[in-house]
Amino acid sequence: MTEENKRKIVIPGEVIVKGEDYLPGEGTQKKGKGIVSFRFGLAEELNKLIRVIPLSGVYQPRRGNVVIGKVENITFNGWVIDIDTPQNAFLPLTEVPKYVNKSNLEEVMDIGDMVIVKIIGINKRGIDLSIRGRGLGRLEEGIIMKINSNKVPRIIGKEGSMISLIKEETNCRITVGQNGLIWIGGSNIEDELLAKEAISFISERSFVSGLTDEVKKWFKQKKNKK
Amino acid sequence: MAKEFKRTDGRKVDETRPIKAKVGIVPNADGSAMFSFGDTIAIAAVYGPKKMHPQHQQDPEKGTLRCDYSMVSFSTPERIRPGPSRRSTEISKITQWALEPVLIIDQYQTMVVDVFINILQANASTRCAGINAAAIALAHAGIPMKNLVSSVSIGKIDKQLVVDVNKDEEDWEQGEGATDIPITLTPEGKITHIQLDGKITIKQLKEAIELAKNATKQIYEAQKKALKEFLEEKNKE
Repeated sequence: MTEENKRKIVIPGEVIVKGEDYLPGEGTQKKGKGIVSFRFGLAEELNKLIRVIPLSGVYQPRRGNVVIGKVENITFNGWVIDIDTPQNAFLPLTEVPKYVNKSNLEEVMDIGDMVIVKIIGINKRGIDLSIRGRGLGRLEEGIIMKINSNKVPRIIGKEGSMISLIKEETNCRITVGQNGLIWIGGSNIEDELLAKEAISFISERSFVSGLTDEVKKWFKQKKNKK
Repeated sequence: MAKEFKRTDGRKVDETRPIKAKVGIVPNADGSAMFSFGDTIAIAAVYGPKKMHPQHQQDPEKGTLRCDYSMVSFSTPERIRPGPSRRSTEISKITQWALEPVLIIDQYQTMVVDVFINILQANASTRCAGINAAAIALAHAGIPMKNLVSSVSIGKIDKQLVVDVNKDEEDWEQGEGATDIPITLTPEGKITHIQLDGKITIKQLKEAIELAKNATKQIYEAQKKALKEFLEEKNKE
């Protein structure tokens, strides 16, 4: 059986599998002797663990996600960052890997700046962020675009195949935030716009199979026109 | 009373009007759906979970569901004055109570899930169509739910119980007149909402619930089909 066949569309309340030897994963619950879905999406089995991948709805923040946000406010010990979630997200001073003058926080990041951050924890009060790590921090130049957060896996592709294709073809540096915000940085504006167009192309056709080949064709056509 | 009860539109007593359901009709919303019983058409749009505003309505312990039901002004032959009315406020609250038991929104503290229901065309049973549309719209929005809910109205015309009343039957005046009983059930047969407008004996009420259980099975299948078709179509494209 191929991987595609194993995936099954499920609706809330639907029994995915019967029997005692399965474990409920994300989006599922154990009910009686079966595993029941409580989300609308695709059910997937991996080593007896059943989980449901949602395909619609708002972005659900998770620990370890790299996201792109906008500095909303500055407090005495950090920054409040809008990452497109209903919860507040906070980047404390201690998670900035360099010396910061406490009386001059806006020198590091000012209100309105865009930043790439990582979610390090989610609790009742809100989301904790960090910029310790490679590729994280304030964005100086380039363009930002927004897509539906459910389409992020298609933009990245299997093991990053799609995103490296776009990077290769356009010579741009691209960071895809899990919340659907994408940063594109290139040496000239034409390259950046081409990358943006390519991403829009993918997100409109996110349900096509064999999309990577189609994107390759698309790039060829674009080059021939030039 | 005649042996074979004749309904004005020729339906059998346990037959609903043609059911239609469609998911994903409001591109701007996080989840949306249309549901119709014959000439009664309801659309529902879901937004959220998002931060609750005004702030004083935030619940720090669990998420909130907020429903808003309204009829568009051209939905009936007599123009409906836009804006909240006694009736629409009641139905908004009823819809919220009908849906709340199946939602798992405890983890969305201080947040709200907004459900907007609009009746495009009305021919009785609008609240049932609205609840059915809202249930699939909530699923489409990715809100965790224990189950879907399906709603149907049972009527008593004179002495006869019928499923899914239309406007003519709702206004029935001969004999004992008309009684309207909207019922919302989960597929397991648990009642999340029941209303009664008129008079009925306990025995007949029990019969009415049994009728509703059978009728909601069809409605549930239509809802299920609409949700699955939505994803299947996207896979085909």
